[in-house]
Amino acid sequence: MARITIDPFTRIEGHLRIDVEVEGGKVKDAWTTGTLFRGFEIILQGRDPRDAWHITQRICGVCPTSHGHASSMSMDDAFKIKLPDNGRILRNIIEGAQFVHSHILWFYHLNALDYVDVVSALKAQPKEASLKKVQQKLKSFVESGQLGPFANAYWGHPAYKLPPDVNLLAVAHYLEALEMQAKAAQVSAMFGGRMPMTMTSPPGGVTHVPTVDDLKNYLFRVKELQDWIDSVFIPDVLAIAPFYLDWAGVGKGFGNFLSWGVFEDASFDPKKRLLPRGAIFASDFPKVHEAKPEDVTEDTTHGWYKDAKPLNPSVGETQPEYTGYDQNKKYTWAKAPRLQNKPMEVGALARMLVAYASGQPTAKKLIDSTLTAIGHSGQPQVLLGVIGRIAGRALECKMVADAMFQWGLDIVENIKKGNTAVYTEYTIPDKARGIGLWEAPRGALGHWIDVEGKKIKNYQCVVPTTWNVCPRDGKGVRGPIEEALVGTAVANPEKPLEVLRVVHSFDPCLACTVHVIHPESNRIMNFKVC
Amino acid sequence: MAKKEGASKQFLDALEFRGIKRRDFLKFCGATAALIGLSELHAPKIAAALEKAAKRQPVVWLNFASDTGCTEAFIKATYPSAADVILDILSVDYNETIMAAAGKQAEEILNKSKSAGGYILIVEGGIPTKKGHGMIGNREMLDVFKDFAGPAVAVLAIGSCATTGGVPAAKPNPSQIIGMSEALKRVGVTKPLINLDLCPVNPQYLVGVVVNFLLLGKLPDLDNVGRPKMFYGQTIHDNCERRAHFDAGRFVEKFGSQEEALNYCLYKMGCKGPMTYSACPKIQYNDRASWCIKAGGPCIGCAEPGWTDKFAGFYERLPGVTIPGIGGVEKGADTIGAVAAAATVAGIAVHAVATAASDRTKEKKGGEK
Repeated sequence: MARITIDPFTRIEGHLRIDVEVEGGKVKDAWTTGTLFRGFEIILQGRDPRDAWHITQRICGVCPTSHGHASSMSMDDAFKIKLPDNGRILRNIIEGAQFVHSHILWFYHLNALDYVDVVSALKAQPKEASLKKVQQKLKSFVESGQLGPFANAYWGHPAYKLPPDVNLLAVAHYLEALEMQAKAAQVSAMFGGRMPMTMTSPPGGVTHVPTVDDLKNYLFRVKELQDWIDSVFIPDVLAIAPFYLDWAGVGKGFGNFLSWGVFEDASFDPKKRLLPRGAIFASDFPKVHEAKPEDVTEDTTHGWYKDAKPLNPSVGETQPEYTGYDQNKKYTWAKAPRLQNKPMEVGALARMLVAYASGQPTAKKLIDSTLTAIGHSGQPQVLLGVIGRIAGRALECKMVADAMFQWGLDIVENIKKGNTAVYTEYTIPDKARGIGLWEAPRGALGHWIDVEGKKIKNYQCVVPTTWNVCPRDGKGVRGPIEEALVGTAVANPEKPLEVLRVVHSFDPCLACTVHVIHPESNRIMNFKVC
Repeated sequence: MAKKEGASKQFLDALEFRGIKRRDFLKFCGATAALIGLSELHAPKIAAALEKAAKRQPVVWLNFASDTGCTEAFIKATYPSAADVILDILSVDYNETIMAAAGKQAEEILNKSKSAGGYILIVEGGIPTKKGHGMIGNREMLDVFKDFAGPAVAVLAIGSCATTGGVPAAKPNPSQIIGMSEALKRVGVTKPLINLDLCPVNPQYLVGVVVNFLLLGKLPDLDNVGRPKMFYGQTIHDNCERRAHFDAGRFVEKFGSQEEALNYCLYKMGCKGPMTYSACPKIQYNDRASWCIKAGGPCIGCAEPGWTDKFAGFYERLPGVTIPGIGGVEKGADTIGAVAAAATVAGIAVHAVATAASDRTKEKKGGEK
């Protein structure tokens, strides 16, 4: 039996270690570990609650806007603020641009190099002038001997299946996508001031009324993103997929999916969000279950905490106790969150499947046409696994970009009617509690705030990657990434490319996962679910 | 390929395939010259220097206690873009977020860089000094830093976390995180250090410093907290596009109001521009799509060391600023600026100002009503 430890695990956010045992060419078991602490919950105590949405954006530089919005939403909830319609839409827009940016960046820059062999692109025989130039550039880059970020990778590995011409096309689009992800971020910045770390979504709505010029500029920019997604991103996914059909079904996991829902509807009903709230268990697709925060528990059996019964985050205890790496006992700082005692996969695929099963018309249309195209009409369960996660992100990227265009028109319509309100004034009560349940590009995100004496008494976040990267629970049930790894074929333990593919398909973001837990806090987290 | 057809042509061809025409490249060089305080007449010289460099300057980019926001900011750079920087200007040999290699193969790259030396060490994130709070490959981050600071030509601390610990080092600093200036002292390594405060770093500052180094072979002039004067020489208030409204006594008193739509001054909404040294209004963010104050977000002072505590109560007014009346001439904010500058020199006094600022916040209301 071969044991592989991948540390550092690259092309993700943060520090992650992955251990797998390989027997007979397949992963027999797997363990996921995270390592760093910053103690945000402690830092927030005693501060002006209105500062929290700025501070919590710094939990994660990849999805700051989602943290900022979940934080402001927890205060909208606690302070009983009703957002004006334009405030709601502008937050959706700033968030939406972050989703589009994040999915482009993930597909091309974090994930694609597991499928695209950059060196093989040198053997392509392009006819098009622009591709010839890319190849020439690549050649001179390789000849320079300074390969920078492309050095020492698994190039030439037998699991790379694309022909040289497709590899070259993908390299060209890797560079183009660097520009497009920056352009998507510019849209967040237009209304948010800058990206990362937007500045304009405090509790109450947003700070600034867009001008006609802003909106015109916005629609133009979104159109450019939509065109690029339709003419490059989606076709690239379709061009690459046929070469990796043998990957269908790899990295399946449990088939449990959770979405808190994202992109607020005018009704403020979480089940009517563009991507609605709900849960799916054991791939039972027609059934969407209620997703309730009170059904969440966190198990510490295999995390570096004193053993305690699995508890709801509102009453959970955090009593850290580092005991060294022992995969049979404790091996990570992450706790194991469970919904109705089950490990849940979160992220774009989870959201798209919950939307599909809820009958959201756009998601239904996109997924049905994809299933028909691959000859699995009416069988969404084939989307489970690595390929489905890739497809889920690409389809969601299109869905969000299309919705963004409509949101721009909605604001224009409101302004035409004389409705320019973007912000509601409020008073901070002496005591208040609130929850913001939202989604980051990487999955379900929750912020809990407890205010006393107009200051933050307690603050807690339960974040996307904790759901995905968590360890086993007390019953020995693995976390979603661990489970997805089991059974994956590994051709060469020295170059575990297949392991990279499975883990990258979850788009892990470790900053979120472990930075929000304070290792030495022995206090009882006394949140009540409102 | 035709190897010796001229580095210059090859370089420009390379730019052109990404849609960058020679004219645009020179425009970038002009902008860079302006950034680093040279006359635009130097633009051709910069172009030539970048084109002729036989070997791209190696960079090792380490992440400690960070949220990767500065890497995220960097890949959104324009003129030059991240692709320009990675492919043509620098050799980014190690950056965990973008590199293709993983695990053992990534480790090999790192060890090779360490033995070769001569790289610019870019650091993102501060270093937890409480045992076990920040480990890479089972080693304390401070030990890792020591290994890589030694062979570097210079250390470039990007973003507030790397300069002074940033948000996670805010009170009570649970992991006892330190910035690079303190880290260098603790590991006993003497190295030129540049602090690019801001949360996250403005990628154009990063590029400006690097080009400055490649072109002039030296590091830029620094202020008393190690920030390049070219980017941190003036307050945001000095160059703010809403400054005329401040001088005329026209203020926003409610977000989303008519006054906000007219771009009145955000001072009363808690703007920290008068005490914050950074070229944000000039350089802006995301290809000049906007910047905080332009978009209606009061400055939270994130270019100042210790901003999370110093300016706590982000929506509360800075104390001690004389508010000009209609037609009045503003004096107070400049006074505050001067006080801040002097206080920074004095060190301890800045703490007094900050304390005054946060004490003040305790009783005030501001944006809330």
